[in-house]
Amino acid sequence: MYKKANGQTIYPYGPESPKPAILIKNGRVLDPENAIDDVLFVAIKEGKIVSFSTEEPEEFTPDTVIDAAGKWVTPGLVDLHVHLREPGREDKETIISGTQAAAAGGFTAIACMPNTNPVLDEESKIRYVIQRSEYCSCHIYPVGSITKGLEGKVLSPFGEMVKAGAKAVSDDGRSVYNANTMRNALNYAKSFDIPVMCHCEDPDLANNGHMNESVVSTRLGVRGIPSISEEVFVARDIMLAEYTGARVHICHVSTAGAVQLIRWAKKRGAKVTCETCPHYFVFTDEDLETYDTHKKMNPPLRTPGDREAIIAGLADGTIDIIVSDHAPHCAEEKEVEFDEAAFGVIGLETMLGVSITHLVKKDHLSPLDLVKKMSVEPNKIFGLNGGSLSVDSTADVTIIDPDATWTVDPSLFYSKSRNSAFEGLSLQGYAATTILNGKVVFDRTGE
Amino acid sequence: MPLGIQHLLGLHGVSENDIQLILDTADNFYEVLQREIKLVPTLRGKTVVNLFYENSTRTRLSFELAEKRLSASPLNFSASTSSVKKGETLKDTIRNIEAMKIDMVVVRHSSPGVPYFLTQCTDAIIINAGDGFHEHPTQALLDMMTIRRHFKKLAGLKVAIIGDVLHSRVARSNAWGMKTMGMDVTLCAPPTLMPQHTDSLGVTVTDNIFEAIEGADVIMLLRLQLERQTSGLFPSVREYRELYGVDLEKLVNVPDHTLIMHPGPINRGIELASNVADSERSVILDQVTNGVAVRMAALYLLGGGESGDEEHV
Repeated sequence: MYKKANGQTIYPYGPESPKPAILIKNGRVLDPENAIDDVLFVAIKEGKIVSFSTEEPEEFTPDTVIDAAGKWVTPGLVDLHVHLREPGREDKETIISGTQAAAAGGFTAIACMPNTNPVLDEESKIRYVIQRSEYCSCHIYPVGSITKGLEGKVLSPFGEMVKAGAKAVSDDGRSVYNANTMRNALNYAKSFDIPVMCHCEDPDLANNGHMNESVVSTRLGVRGIPSISEEVFVARDIMLAEYTGARVHICHVSTAGAVQLIRWAKKRGAKVTCETCPHYFVFTDEDLETYDTHKKMNPPLRTPGDREAIIAGLADGTIDIIVSDHAPHCAEEKEVEFDEAAFGVIGLETMLGVSITHLVKKDHLSPLDLVKKMSVEPNKIFGLNGGSLSVDSTADVTIIDPDATWTVDPSLFYSKSRNSAFEGLSLQGYAATTILNGKVVFDRTGE
Repeated sequence: MPLGIQHLLGLHGVSENDIQLILDTADNFYEVLQREIKLVPTLRGKTVVNLFYENSTRTRLSFELAEKRLSASPLNFSASTSSVKKGETLKDTIRNIEAMKIDMVVVRHSSPGVPYFLTQCTDAIIINAGDGFHEHPTQALLDMMTIRRHFKKLAGLKVAIIGDVLHSRVARSNAWGMKTMGMDVTLCAPPTLMPQHTDSLGVTVTDNIFEAIEGADVIMLLRLQLERQTSGLFPSVREYRELYGVDLEKLVNVPDHTLIMHPGPINRGIELASNVADSERSVILDQVTNGVAVRMAALYLLGGGESGDEEHV
């Protein structure tokens, strides 16, 4: 048991953990796949959903009863873009600390990116992550690299990595520079029906910049990363997707132009999905006034117009999912000159609260829409079975208190790192309880 | 009336009153510098650290002289950013220096925002001596002092700043400071050496030098870093000189009273022809002289002095 000062508690988990009968009552069940938005009883036994019903189920003797009055009961949340840093940078995050942070954030599954040291570019390394995840507080779906060593040259063995448990491939952190290599990767990925997750950034146009190129970068004298550096590669990758017929998933969309390109591609029938992150719909480059390295990430915070376009893209369905792009860094990599500071912010433990506060409470998304973007769609993109509370499905369940108000205090995070852009922000909503495979792995009050 | 600012990080957002006060005080120090004994006791006992992470001759000497003439104790620290990269962090460096009990820090660094960053790491007073492409406030102040001493005013004067605006902290500080003082500023550069987004500079922008210098009271050239050519930002030095270099020919229609300024060091024969740099119009060496007075004023006012009155200096 790992209890924090404010009561939040992570419970140990393992394949042999007892899986008690749990009855969740009085909760508002949000299950878009079954078109349910109703106050229901949800019964869980032996790691499976055994029933959901308006009446208290008969012949069900719960070991644990969870009163979810005023709360949402949703299929387990999934974050498809997480950097766990293990192997290689265990000082920033480990598979254990990262999955604890995920459980505390309401996630029952995360996808981890391959830009570790060594890079996850072969079967054995994928298997290492899968094995390490066995006793962790959420499922891990590793993403293998597109190219060996993320070098953009030789393809990684997609087939062997998929056999070991990889669900997608990506060279996240950099783009596959050579368009023909990318074309080959897309063609090759078709055999395994996996999405290719594209980090879209033209490194020449990005020109070693450190923030969005805009009136703000001009004023601050910081070398800019223009929005076109993202858009040129988004355009390239969706054209390659259409041409090859492969599935492309555009990572961390941050610009109005990229949203427009993807909207257009979807209309044309390209197999394109995409994601954005909470920081892109909350902050803009104007928040960099004080050279705050905790708001430095790649792609960078863009203009207020881009922020609005991201929200519009989420609302109209162009943007399929929300991810954290959880990127842990040590304090000494952030408490430095702005253009020396590492790119990236953590987000597992704030994403749900930020999304409820800035999307649901502001009426950009309904609660059901939010569950789609944080559970249903990510499951579909990775071809997983989760994302619903159907009878007999795995009991990965998140209980969310949508009204609880709290202030982000990174010292209470389970993540090993503290580089949160949201520090000090007042939020509404958090995960009250996270249930993995029918076992409570996280509880906000530890009761 | 004391300064509204606590540190001199840049001129963006600095009030007209503050700039006025610094320039008035600098004028008084200018008089001190004409005396036989060019020394005042105002900062006696104060330690000022000159933290230079970038090569600089003129600015560092100017600050050091200003400190000495105010009777402060200067402490010089020079390091190239690259050698520091392998060693301790900037935060550790400044905290170590602070632990030796110092009062003010004059900092030059290739990373924008470092002076602000230092205010978060130390209680010492910070003066920006140039940070990346961001600001170089004492340069802009000495430029305005030079212009004001010549024209006896600032408001209403037209200034053309010509050169590599994209990479210039001098252009930025001048644009904001001069605009605050009611001057009419035009920035001129080839489009590849001008920021893509210029609204935040709040001044007129052109790529046509004749448009920029027409009716200008002051023409200020910026130094062209020759490595910008190899990185593909302009095709050749010859073409740059042809289009943007100021020589007698381009000045034919410019009024006699128009001043030529340059923050130095000059690439003679590139952005500025020698016979213009050395002409009657040129106030380039006055800028250097005034630099010491302006830095004395900034150090004095931030270090605890309160007004520009003669008796206080």
